[in-house]
Amino acid sequence: MRGLLRRMGGATPATVRVIVLVALSVAMMLIDHRTQQLEKLRNILQTVVYPIMFVSTIPRDLIQGLTGSMERSENLQSDNESLRQENLLLRSRLEKLHSLEADNRRLKRLLGQSEQIAERVLLAELVEVSLEPYTQKISLNKGSRDGVYVGQPVINGDGVIGQVVHTSQFQSTVTLLTDPSSAVPVMVMRNGLRGVLFGTGVRNRLAMPYLTADADILIGDLLISSGMGGRFPTGYPVATVTDVKQQPSDEFLTINTLPVTQLDHGREVLLIWPEVVRTRKDEVLQELVDE
Amino acid sequence: MNSLSVLLSFLVALMLSSLPLPDMAIIFRPEWLMLVLIYWCMAIPDRIGIFTGWLLGLILDVMYGSLLGQNAMALAIIAYLVNIFHLRVRVFPIWQQSFMVFMMAIIYLALTAWVRGIAGGFPITWAYWMPALTSAFVWPFVYIALKDLRRQRVSSREL
Repeated sequence: MRGLLRRMGGATPATVRVIVLVALSVAMMLIDHRTQQLEKLRNILQTVVYPIMFVSTIPRDLIQGLTGSMERSENLQSDNESLRQENLLLRSRLEKLHSLEADNRRLKRLLGQSEQIAERVLLAELVEVSLEPYTQKISLNKGSRDGVYVGQPVINGDGVIGQVVHTSQFQSTVTLLTDPSSAVPVMVMRNGLRGVLFGTGVRNRLAMPYLTADADILIGDLLISSGMGGRFPTGYPVATVTDVKQQPSDEFLTINTLPVTQLDHGREVLLIWPEVVRTRKDEVLQELVDE
Repeated sequence: MNSLSVLLSFLVALMLSSLPLPDMAIIFRPEWLMLVLIYWCMAIPDRIGIFTGWLLGLILDVMYGSLLGQNAMALAIIAYLVNIFHLRVRVFPIWQQSFMVFMMAIIYLALTAWVRGIAGGFPITWAYWMPALTSAFVWPFVYIALKDLRRQRVSSREL
């Protein structure tokens, strides 16, 4: 075989090998970029990688564990006190929300709209590893074993963080809002004006292109997820508008926004499973007649 | 002969590549895996070569969650280049080897930047090329450490 290759144009095996492997890599990149076909291969390799990543988190965890335990004894009491107060406050607010939710549900059913049942959530912890620099991705310690799926929305206490792009058995990778490949359908909470928020690759900046000069959008407006596209559930805060400019040469506005959550802070995030239950209009009408 | 030390050094390089660092330090992180690969490609070219580089790159891709094949392609090409030049480079003084490592790192970074640019624009700044400098800077230490590792394993077998 080698002799044959050498006779053919004098290419050395090393050259042949590198050409074949580069071609294979290019093919893989194309497939991986366009489709989900390679997720299986990724899953298999992920199980090889998992122990390595686990070991590399140990030093950091040790240091954090030590400093954490020292902090703990000092601040435990004050933390406890403030958490109790916060809990009380949140509970009273929750009471009000319950009645509002019931109201909302009734009104929505009257309109025959699809109804959003309370989503199932799962708490996940960040795996403290550094991924490729200049990409905005994080690793979570929950994977397909826990039901995590590709495209799943990820939030924290303040709002949307991003969505899951890869899952393996025990871990999953999340693309943050600020990654250049991220896009989230949003609307302005004040007036329902819809748009799409794109990541810029720059931390703490999201762009909202394709809004014309007559769009009613102001600095300080809160953008919430609009639920269009069916990936993100409706109503989670995403970003606030920081800057609206119009270049005379451009027919669209240049809008910069700031994510409502601190994307690079905090160790815990929530994975959500949006569940939509559609109620048929005649069913609702029947119910109304019964009432 | 010393496959254990080879495996071990690659594992350590992979760990160093995913070691959590503050954001400021990540910019300066040397391309550990590439450095170790270059060393073994020069030391035992008959056993560590293009395919090893490709496989390690694939593992790095999975670890980073990047496009499958991105680092694999880049590292296979690096291994190929080292394979061509290893006889010459092996006798270079260390600082000259550092310069070669610098050039290799530039090629490596350019290849990944190219792929990432096509797959979805990301901003390339001057800081993006910083790992080339730090890789060249840590090369002598990597070289000496791995050489010691190899010598020790060889001599302990001979005794």
